Amino acid sequence: MSAHPGATGVAQAPPQARPRHRPATSLSEGARAERRLGWLLCAPAVIVMLAVTAYPIGYAVWLSLQRYDLRFPAARRFVGLANYATVLTDHLWWTAFGVTVFIAVVSVAVELVLGMGLAMIMRWALVGRGAVRTAILVPYGIVTVVAAYSWQYAWTPGTGYLANFLPSGSAPLTEQWPAIFIFIIIIIIAAEIWKTTPFMALLLLAGLSLVPEELLRAAKVDGASGWQRLTQVMLPLMKPAILVALLFRTLDAFRIFDNIFILTAGANNTRSVSILGYDNLFTALNLGIGSTISVLVFVAVAIIAFVFVKGFGTAAPGQEVGRR
Amino acid sequence: MSTQTTSTRTPAKVASWTVTNTIVIIVALVPVLWLASLSFKDPSTIADGSFLPHRWTLANYRGIFQTSLFTRALVNSIGIALIATVLAVVVGSMAAYAVARLRFPGKQVLVAVTLLIAMFPAISLVSPLFNLWRQLGLFDTWPGLIIPYLTFSLPLAIYTLSAFFREIPWELERAAQVDGATPMQAFLQVIAPLAAPGMVTTAILVFIFCWTDFVFAISLTSTGASQTVPAAIAFFSGASQFQTPIGSIAAAGVVITIPIILFVFFFQRRIVAGLTSGAVKG
Repeated sequence: MSAHPGATGVAQAPPQARPRHRPATSLSEGARAERRLGWLLCAPAVIVMLAVTAYPIGYAVWLSLQRYDLRFPAARRFVGLANYATVLTDHLWWTAFGVTVFIAVVSVAVELVLGMGLAMIMRWALVGRGAVRTAILVPYGIVTVVAAYSWQYAWTPGTGYLANFLPSGSAPLTEQWPAIFIFIIIIIIAAEIWKTTPFMALLLLAGLSLVPEELLRAAKVDGASGWQRLTQVMLPLMKPAILVALLFRTLDAFRIFDNIFILTAGANNTRSVSILGYDNLFTALNLGIGSTISVLVFVAVAIIAFVFVKGFGTAAPGQEVGRR
Repeated sequence: MSTQTTSTRTPAKVASWTVTNTIVIIVALVPVLWLASLSFKDPSTIADGSFLPHRWTLANYRGIFQTSLFTRALVNSIGIALIATVLAVVVGSMAAYAVARLRFPGKQVLVAVTLLIAMFPAISLVSPLFNLWRQLGLFDTWPGLIIPYLTFSLPLAIYTLSAFFREIPWELERAAQVDGATPMQAFLQVIAPLAAPGMVTTAILVFIFCWTDFVFAISLTSTGASQTVPAAIAFFSGASQFQTPIGSIAAAGVVITIPIILFVFFFQRRIVAGLTSGAVKG
């Protein structure tokens, strides 16, 4: 499997490349019918998936090569890579990029540790296992915007229960003081961790449930400590699940939008790349620059996916799926 | 899932698990309870900073259900999420059946493409789709949201469904036909009941995905014609410009959290099974 966007083009090829007059000897009638049925059943899904991703991303590339301001549509013209030069030399882009990477790295790292703990609780808790599983699905399922409002009001001075713990005049979301930036980022990261750790935990639980109980018991009998059982028995067996969880959560965290939109709307330089793209499109009404950011985010995501899949070889989720 | 056969229920262990689990449950639920508390607070006490309301009221709920801004958004949310879910389960089931049961060239490519779509950043589609939808007349319409939701929920649907379909004992279908059932009867009476749990699970996961989306909802809609609740509450304002809409937003937030709570409460096992099977067995 390849994480390169070029692979999408190949997907449509098989149905068209189907040989009309294949010699009857090479394939039995049944096998050919099976092929045809397979392609027929997959065709609607493939068409819908590609029509709404491959074509628009190509269109975004085309738009990104134009000066295209919706307030001055008459001034629309082809400008080559000028938009990319504008964005990539702008400190707003690099600030947003740095913020996005920082939030993604910190939240995914914390979630990996917390998620591992939650997965163990969900597997081994002696009491209330069902209750824990039910409770942690609430953050997973809740609308992110709704959760973000809950956090915002919790941190609002006077209104919120969390703001009461802060020294007066220091509430990060409403006050202005030096170094406020890092505290706002922490609040955003906390909201993100609360919302998405359950998903990480469930993916890790899937891996953890593949670790046989007998193996852990044998390790215990041989004198392995709890830490040794974790690092030398569980984690190696869970490697594929951990990589899938990390890949999906990293890409997801890189696309962060909802929490920031509600908590700060990008104030105090807390824009993520997604927020920056949205602002350029809907606040500045600049379709050219907005599309340029769209393409850059896509390239960044493709690179992250490529690094994960290449870097971890056989553990790639595509092969995990294809093996069966 | 597996149970630990060797573990003994000593009082100390039970106590420590109780404490751990209580902490997890509190952390998971406090933000939701806080929002519920805000939604029941009287407007005069909404800024008192107390975790529990001192004076309870339903005024916030009455308020939002009297405005078409919220009720229309709720209808849009329900309609769009339901239609997208049905389409995703139907189209996804076809592809998942092929992936799970049939041999055909291009299967690996399909799985790879599906994975790529799952990783696709929504924001990258916002500017091209915004422009395309305006030209095609799909901007601010139901199909304008249903189409991208269908695209992005198909990977989830195909993974989860093919994992479930692989577990079905398909030999039963032939056995029923040997016993004299028509292919249709064999499918409807033997296979369909076995496939139903997987399809219900998938439907719940897809519904949650569509229900919670925000990026497409605020980018591809502009009016009550298609704005969903998450987008609508982001633009809520108070009854007058001097009034903060905290109570209304909290009440609207609670209303759209209710379906999630119901799903989680009644289908906890299935949701966990769906998310974990899709991840490992693929």
